[in-house]
Amino acid sequence: MKMSIRPPSPSRFRPTKAIDQSVLADNKALLEKIDRRGILRGTLSLGALTFLTGCDITNEGAVQSVLTAVSSWNDGAQALLFSQTHLAPTFTEAEVVNPPRYNGALDVEDIKPVDGKTWKLELAGLIGDKKPWTAQQLATLPEQEVIIRHVCVEGWDYIGQWEGVNFRTFLEKVGADLRAKYVSFRCADDYYGSIDMATALHPQTILATKYAKSTITDPFGYPLRLRTATKLGFKNPKWITAIEVTNEYPGGYWEDRGYNWFSGM
Amino acid sequence: MDSKTVTAPPASAAKTRQMHPLPLRIMHWTNAVVIVIMIGSGWRIYNDEPLFGFLFFSETFSLGGDPIRSLQLHGNAGYAGAEQWHFFGMWILVLNGLAYLAYGAITGRFRRMLWPIRPTEVIATLRDALRFHLSHQDLTVYNAVQKLLYIGIIAAVFIEVLAGLAIWKPVQFSNLAMLFYSFQGARYVHFFGMVAIVLFLIVHVTLALLVPKTLVAMVTGGPQVEKETKPIMAPVHSAFAANTGE
Repeated sequence: MKMSIRPPSPSRFRPTKAIDQSVLADNKALLEKIDRRGILRGTLSLGALTFLTGCDITNEGAVQSVLTAVSSWNDGAQALLFSQTHLAPTFTEAEVVNPPRYNGALDVEDIKPVDGKTWKLELAGLIGDKKPWTAQQLATLPEQEVIIRHVCVEGWDYIGQWEGVNFRTFLEKVGADLRAKYVSFRCADDYYGSIDMATALHPQTILATKYAKSTITDPFGYPLRLRTATKLGFKNPKWITAIEVTNEYPGGYWEDRGYNWFSGM
Repeated sequence: MDSKTVTAPPASAAKTRQMHPLPLRIMHWTNAVVIVIMIGSGWRIYNDEPLFGFLFFSETFSLGGDPIRSLQLHGNAGYAGAEQWHFFGMWILVLNGLAYLAYGAITGRFRRMLWPIRPTEVIATLRDALRFHLSHQDLTVYNAVQKLLYIGIIAAVFIEVLAGLAIWKPVQFSNLAMLFYSFQGARYVHFFGMVAIVLFLIVHVTLALLVPKTLVAMVTGGPQVEKETKPIMAPVHSAFAANTGE
């Protein structure tokens, strides 16, 4: 087996474990004091930038509302740029990185593997036949393979080889309303996300069950994950347990933390 | 050799205009603000996945919100905020840049101010600069090195925007993305484009501060220059320089 071309840690500047947030909460007053000192220091060193640095993503002030509005506007601009017939570049098996780089809201050691035997895919919203699917039932559907570039919003990328059922085929089979705006996903790890219907119907969007011809391993979404060729990595939820077709904006885990919703490539 | 101030009073208001007309000044200062936004937010985005292990940009000088508060509330050190800034600034940078290119081409400013560049003049200007003999009497005429630097920065920003588009839309603009060899190739070009812009800014801002009247000119419009009645090939200043003498 080939090793990943990049180290598994996202960045050498980032702690390998998530920060214990209770420590921050317990020392809130102290942190705010440090912060004020930092701003003072910054003002002395570089005026203009420091003013801008003061604008926080959490700040519900005028600046943040402009940035949020522009981000929604960028969703619309990207939807216009998106072509349902333009295919993403594909690659050869020799270029596939296996195992791929792990990343996610959970640290890799915190993943709770999904039991494929009892796992069910629930369906909800504007779908004709909402009967849940088992892994065995999904395996009877025709398989599609895509060898595509995975691009993370952080800036790294790798070539991955994914197999599974074409998402349009699946949505048609269950009688989903293909004119609806959104397809939303719930996951076993409480991650959630959503994509636009146009991307869901793109020919290279699949519900993946295999990576490099083998069943997807736990860190990468066993038993079922989304793989779009046209969206950033975080728009491809892993360990999917429910799919809903809806016209109500469903948001997403990272989107609700400020990342752009459309995040198309 | 020195170019001299245009001392002759303007014949009539209709025949003169300011060195930096108002639209140009508005575009210049819009660009100044937005380039700080793009560099500041770009540095923060870079930190999320550094291209070079030895290079990390201080959060004090990068843009995207308070990293500690952002980590506490959102589980990321302000990267989402930085991207919001970057994808806000890009529209202003591109629209303002297109307006500037159209303005420079239509009014003839590019041809008048930035052309021609003669290699002998570049050498002469560099020699003068090293001897601290550069003349700043006539702001309205750019020396050969200024011309090269201004054309260079326009080209650098242009390439920077192309590389940015390739990073933003590697699938929709896959043909453009191929120009940069790979996704990481586009990231490297985008990084070194930033380096070129920062180096230009250091020189540009330093020189503007050393010769403050250039800074004043970019605020007030600067000295009056004669309007061209029709496009001419030779630099417009040569006629003045001959008249005013030492």
